[in-house]
Amino acid sequence: MDFALNDLLSMLAATIRVSTPLIFAAMAGIFSERSGIVDISLEGKLLAGAFAAASVAAVTGSPWLGLLAAIGVNMLLSLIHGFASITHNGDQVVSGVAINIIVSGLTVVLGMAWFHRAGQTPTLSSDARFMPIDLPGTEALSSIPVLGDIYSKLISGHNLLVYVAFLSVAVTWWVLFRTRFGLRLRAVGENPKAVDTAGISVAFLRYRAVLIAGILTGIGGTYISIAQNASFIRDMSAGQGYIALAAMIFGKWKPLPAMFACFLFGFLDALAMRLQGVSLPYIGEVPVQLIQASPYILTVILLAGFVGKAIAPKADGVPYVKER
Amino acid sequence: MSSTKQPLPAWADILLIPLINLCIAFAVSSMIIYLIGENPLEAFKVMIEGAFGTSEGLGYTLYYATNFIFTGLAVAIAFHAMLFNIGGEGQAYIGGLGVAIVLLALDQTLPFWALFPLALIAGMLFGAAWAAIPAYLQAYRGSHIVITTIMFNFIAANLMVYLLVNIFIVPGSMTPESRVFSEAAQLPFMHEILGWLGITISESPLNLSFIVAIVVSILFWIYVWHTRWGYALRAVGFSESAATYAGIDPKKIIMVTMLISGGLAGLAGLNEVMGVQHKLMLDFVAGYGFTGIAVALMGRNHPVGIILSSILFGALFQGGAELAFEMPSISKEMVFVIQGLIILFSGALAYMSKPWLEKLFSLFASKKHSETEVD
Repeated sequence: MDFALNDLLSMLAATIRVSTPLIFAAMAGIFSERSGIVDISLEGKLLAGAFAAASVAAVTGSPWLGLLAAIGVNMLLSLIHGFASITHNGDQVVSGVAINIIVSGLTVVLGMAWFHRAGQTPTLSSDARFMPIDLPGTEALSSIPVLGDIYSKLISGHNLLVYVAFLSVAVTWWVLFRTRFGLRLRAVGENPKAVDTAGISVAFLRYRAVLIAGILTGIGGTYISIAQNASFIRDMSAGQGYIALAAMIFGKWKPLPAMFACFLFGFLDALAMRLQGVSLPYIGEVPVQLIQASPYILTVILLAGFVGKAIAPKADGVPYVKER
Repeated sequence: MSSTKQPLPAWADILLIPLINLCIAFAVSSMIIYLIGENPLEAFKVMIEGAFGTSEGLGYTLYYATNFIFTGLAVAIAFHAMLFNIGGEGQAYIGGLGVAIVLLALDQTLPFWALFPLALIAGMLFGAAWAAIPAYLQAYRGSHIVITTIMFNFIAANLMVYLLVNIFIVPGSMTPESRVFSEAAQLPFMHEILGWLGITISESPLNLSFIVAIVVSILFWIYVWHTRWGYALRAVGFSESAATYAGIDPKKIIMVTMLISGGLAGLAGLNEVMGVQHKLMLDFVAGYGFTGIAVALMGRNHPVGIILSSILFGALFQGGAELAFEMPSISKEMVFVIQGLIILFSGALAYMSKPWLEKLFSLFASKKHSETEVD
């Protein structure tokens, strides 16, 4: 019985670790899409953030400067996305696809030019990374049977950015639903004309929304390269941006449900790792690929409207053209 | 003052703007190459020579272009109906699966002339089938096709890994690949075809599917602009409600268009599986589906434009490989950067230069106007 609990706890802890970048990207997606800007480039931004953080941390030895660089680079990418889709009313999906392709190429090109390794950055020492931290009281509580295990193995012992991810969900909810800025942001995603009529700049609101998305994906990217791993590896975002996009839709563009969708998809990922080559009683060997594909399959089923309905913000993806 | 703005002449819209966008994309690429510490002019010279300088290079350029014509046409036909098919990647992958299934099943029994049409049809059918569910969900359930086709790309990738690792793998082998098809199930290479005619060119992966791509482009042009189906397709793209009033069922058009789109993408699988690799393997699509988006945007969704921009991108891929060889500090991924920049500037920022051009043109026009007034 004790063994089963330990197993479950390590599984859940793995889920949290895998879900963290998804949560950052999903919150970024919520800010962007709630303001009416579709962001396919979450994937590229995670990758760009991961590269910037790992490069700067490798050169300076400071994870904090790495984090700052990742946020800066991703805010720049957000500005490009905004310039195309807000200022020039360009196709937001096309702009996002362009950013994804540019980043996937540029990270390898720059990595090669700067570090002379094929799409990799030098391996970081633990000083240059965000390392797991023990929350206060882990020692004292460890003697308590079940509760102590849960505290020390599941809640404590993650790196700082994991806790920031949880915080970002709360902050996203508070900003969107409890501040004037959030009210206007949601309004501009539903009915930009009404916001414009009220004398509020649609473009400025949307620019702020995509910049916030840049900050969040910057933290997410940092987590991938210098917290979860010890260096940047080419294409290391590996579709997590798209899974986050799916999680955002799955959570119906709401912070808390989106977070749970991230946990669900993260859990499936952890499960796939654990079930590799394992034969289950009665079922036999479950194909790992099926579990890995399940976030996408589940999202398609949800989008089809067979289980509940995922309704996007009304003006999502529609450029706002002011009449003159 | 403001009323003097005139619409641009057609040649400026069709030729000048795409050219300006391309120049901006190349200018930014040059800047990146310069920052890496290489000479951009030198780099582009290496690329152009690598792509067009030898008959081998040209063969590779046109081989890449073959894939891009198929995936570009796939994206373009969907664009005509205002649908964004971002799933060319998965459709080409599954199209290749269809081709491989036919060839693996029949390559011992049937001759080439029977296998070729069967494989072609299978590639199209499988590609179309992979587009069918997103199409249905868009037409009848209102699910956004961009998202569903992205999801289907990932589902396809996982499905192919499963099939190759568990079913198609040669027993005892460690690499997830199928067995090599027999001679009868391989498309002839262009150097072989021209060799029969007495013309010798260097060996390259360019094969019969290039001819298929040209034929399909012509059929595309006839279908979209010279049939009633093409008319209905463009009508739906122009205005769904107007099309409905004209008695066109947009749902049906969405289905048919996406099936054709998936079928076209599936043909890229024909080029790779039957034409070049001669076996089913992992990741043979290698981003060609995404390049199709760039090709369709640059080619303005017209077959002539698509063939030309496919050759441009083919040259970019071939020249990029050459570049990485000649200038080791630039890796071949530079091609993706250039590709992404082209998508950005000729897609999302396509009309960035338009207001400037309009001002410029109206300035000229008003000058002419005032001159004639003086006379």
